[in-house]
Amino acid sequence: MTDSFPWLTVLIFLPLVGAAMLCLFKESAVRPIAFGITIAEFAVAAPLWWLFDSSSASMQFTEQAVWISRPSIQYHVGLDGISLPLVLMTTVLLPLCVLISWRSVETRIKSFMALLLVMEGAMIGVFAALDFVLFYIFWEAMLIPMYLLIGVWGGPNRLYATVKFVLYTLAGSVLLLVAILVLYVQADTFDILRLSSQSYAPTLQFWLFLAFFAAFAVKVPMFPFHTWLPDAHVEAPTAGSVILASVLLKMGTYGFLRFSLPMLPDASKAFTPLMVALSITAIIYGAYMALAQTDLKKLIAYSSVSHMGFVTLGLFTFNLQGIEGAVMQMVNHGITTGGLFLCVGIIYDRTHSRLIADNVGLARPMPRYAACLVIFALSSLGLPGTNSFVGEFLVLAGTFLTNKLAATLASLGIILAAAYLLWMVQRVAFGVPSPVFLPKLHDVNAREAAALIPLVVLVFWIGVFPNPLVSRLHPSVNHVLARALPQPATETEAMRLHDETIGPETPPAPSGGVALARRPNVSDTPPFNGAEGIEPLRKEGRP
Amino acid sequence: MTLSAGDLLLILPEILVVAAACTVLAIEPIMTPHQRDGLAWLSLSTLAVCMGLIASQLGNPAEAFGGFIRVDDYACFWKLLLCLVSGLTVLLSYSYLKEERLRVGEYYAFVLLALAGMMVMVSAEDLLTIYLGTELMSLSLYVMAGLKRAEPRSLEASAKYFVLGAFSSGILLFGISLLYGATGSTRLPAIGAALAGHGLDTPLPLVATILLAAGFGFKLAVVPFHMWTPDVYQGAPTSVTAFMAVASKAASFGAFLRVFVEGLGGLKTDWSFLFLLICIATLVLGNSVALVQTNIKRMLAYSSIAHAGYAMIGVVASGRSPELAGNAIGIASVMLYLAFYAFMTFGAFAVVAMLRKGDVEGDEIEDFTGLAKRHPLAALLMLVFMVSLAGIPPTAGFIGKFYVFMSAVEAGLAWLAVVALIFAVVSAYYYLRVVMVMYMREPETSTAASPRLVLSPAISIVLACAIAGVVILGLYPGPLVNLAVQAVQALQ
Repeated sequence: MTDSFPWLTVLIFLPLVGAAMLCLFKESAVRPIAFGITIAEFAVAAPLWWLFDSSSASMQFTEQAVWISRPSIQYHVGLDGISLPLVLMTTVLLPLCVLISWRSVETRIKSFMALLLVMEGAMIGVFAALDFVLFYIFWEAMLIPMYLLIGVWGGPNRLYATVKFVLYTLAGSVLLLVAILVLYVQADTFDILRLSSQSYAPTLQFWLFLAFFAAFAVKVPMFPFHTWLPDAHVEAPTAGSVILASVLLKMGTYGFLRFSLPMLPDASKAFTPLMVALSITAIIYGAYMALAQTDLKKLIAYSSVSHMGFVTLGLFTFNLQGIEGAVMQMVNHGITTGGLFLCVGIIYDRTHSRLIADNVGLARPMPRYAACLVIFALSSLGLPGTNSFVGEFLVLAGTFLTNKLAATLASLGIILAAAYLLWMVQRVAFGVPSPVFLPKLHDVNAREAAALIPLVVLVFWIGVFPNPLVSRLHPSVNHVLARALPQPATETEAMRLHDETIGPETPPAPSGGVALARRPNVSDTPPFNGAEGIEPLRKEGRP
Repeated sequence: MTLSAGDLLLILPEILVVAAACTVLAIEPIMTPHQRDGLAWLSLSTLAVCMGLIASQLGNPAEAFGGFIRVDDYACFWKLLLCLVSGLTVLLSYSYLKEERLRVGEYYAFVLLALAGMMVMVSAEDLLTIYLGTELMSLSLYVMAGLKRAEPRSLEASAKYFVLGAFSSGILLFGISLLYGATGSTRLPAIGAALAGHGLDTPLPLVATILLAAGFGFKLAVVPFHMWTPDVYQGAPTSVTAFMAVASKAASFGAFLRVFVEGLGGLKTDWSFLFLLICIATLVLGNSVALVQTNIKRMLAYSSIAHAGYAMIGVVASGRSPELAGNAIGIASVMLYLAFYAFMTFGAFAVVAMLRKGDVEGDEIEDFTGLAKRHPLAALLMLVFMVSLAGIPPTAGFIGKFYVFMSAVEAGLAWLAVVALIFAVVSAYYYLRVVMVMYMREPETSTAASPRLVLSPAISIVLACAIAGVVILGLYPGPLVNLAVQAVQALQ
């Protein structure tokens, strides 16, 4: 699809130009202007949802221009069904980040807002880039703004946390750079689509997979590379935590899905046992650690490790449900965890404590706040009817087809999630508030409500009506699968099981993309309709 | 050999620079201290004219003096960079020397003479001419390093630099004489032809190669020939340090590449192994020792050692490629790296020079504490320079690293790229420590107690040039890349 309007260029550069423009204004005017820019950004992004052709797996809204001619590096951007929801999620979250920082950030507000905007441009660039060097530049360009966001506006132990964050991420991503260069020498291109349509020698794939793994696993973060995450989250300002949890972590899993699976299918298959084992470990270990936390932010940070484990688990099932569930889970985790961090930020502004012990019994003085907290907590534990249920259910269904033991162990993570989240809600929402803090506990004001309500709406919207999202995902995920599955036989097997498990079908969508046509048994498979598929099972209930 | 007007026209930039230097020396004694500021403007305008002349020579390769001097795109690339850096040095010194109370008129003459030496180095096709250029450059720099006569550290720097520099010149000369013995010529094309003809019948060329590598190694400040660097960089006046760290390194690389590609190209398998060892040692030592420095000039000295190591990757890679110059990206990546390095390192030193106020030396990393509060613009500029030195996009430093690593991977040295990148992560730690001190620590003394920082117009221009180089070349390196690739074609 060719579109004359440069949607993605506007999306990437509007916040960057906005950040530069902020320098021209007075400190007092910065907040509304930054908010205006993020809203304008959302207004540009929103039409893409409807303009997107959900029957096609090819990249849409593409723009291509030569950036450096020797070697050929292109400014090549585009969106498919996988990156579109992530870009939209980013543009939804950024206005909320500006709102939540309105009063809680007092010092150097101009720099703070400028950095938030730079982050937004770079994050959208990462999801939209179709040239590997361009991707890498956006990927790395986020490092320094994030370093400053945590290091300048963070908590008392911020220096340690921020250095740990930077060194961990940098160490992972430099190996990615070498991998990109090795791929270039092999294929003589940096174009992601062209790189994805070639095949590489198994030994080379092995090493490349490890290099990709170093970059992406640190970012996800997968066990045992997760230790930077609790530190960074605890010290980061609220908006920093939201961006970190909701968007930055998704880049790791996005990387696995966009690069590891389609470019290195053989190695991905070979590493599946390891990836599944690490995912299961992350799910259970993260949940156990969350149970033991007394600090709200740390609790949510460990719950992120656990929930991201579901995403990596889903990706390495190599079937439609698993991968679609993983992408859904990426979006849902962004919404739900973003909401939870906003909630923590709101209470921190009042009591200046993140400890569960200090923030008890909020339901009576702050009923609206408590309602939001409960909604996000229930969504996070995967209650049917909320967004996370859809993703986690699909991941588990997909895992069950390939590895019953892993599915069983992963379900354990859901039970633990229910335990630590409900326990947290029980303590924070109910009980008797401490008299010291009671005078400060006024309910959410209009600004804070405006930051929470969009996410509450999304929680239920995706939870009840996931079909629009799933239908946009479908062709793109199929496209990845067609590349990633080395054995068409197992594919058909998985599809047969898929049909039996999931039930009613919709008519086949027209197949898109070269790779789909190459493997007819994939394009013949009718698309999985998420909402209809889940409905009958939901009635039966689940643990 | 006859002298023709055409020959003189070709070296007109060099002639102009030397003439300006002589003029400065001649008129400086009869000027009042106030009038001496005019010497800076004389130097600057000369350099501007030279850059115009050199730019007009691009694309028209020609030989002068029977092939002793070659004015090709390769030479022009380096000369443009060197003239630019010298101009920035003059501007930086203009206000820095006042702060240091170093009102020396000869200063500008030394900058110009050193530049003349460097320009000869990069366009000479003859080993002895290269040697002469090297000596002209070094002798000027020895004096400049010791300009803070009242300060023992500066004198120590000068003496140390002189002794070790003279020693290295001796080694270089010894290598040249051995090579003359082996091949019967000091001309690079003739040496190249002789060595390509009958390979290694005698060990003589190999010994000469090692001696030349050692001689150039001192000038490039690569391990194990780096010992002088930290002391000299710390002791010399900051503007001189910036000049040495950038211009002298660039010129040495310019001559070094020409000698090893044109003259010793036949021995490339041998020297690429030698430089591989030097490269790894330089990366490891430069980056590790920089970690523990508390003085920023010393830290930048070790960082400049480490950066020579990164540039060396391109040299090693080009030695491993079937095609030495031509289309291989190796040599071009070294040239690009040095160009990017020039902007970011010069910028960093300019910020250090800016902090020199009254009694405050301003070269300890602690002196940067809370700079973001005291002077937000200076802190922001330093942030960009540090990020670029660490090689994080979207800055020029990243593009430079990108090209050297690409040359390494193309030459089948992916493991070397991995090693170098791991040390790039190490380097991020010490560069970002400066950022941390500036942005995340509160000044211990009250803001009123520390001297007020004002940007003088001259330093503003320097910083503007440096930041423009770092940012614009980081975002749009295409034209410079093409220029470097075109320049490499000129190497025979």
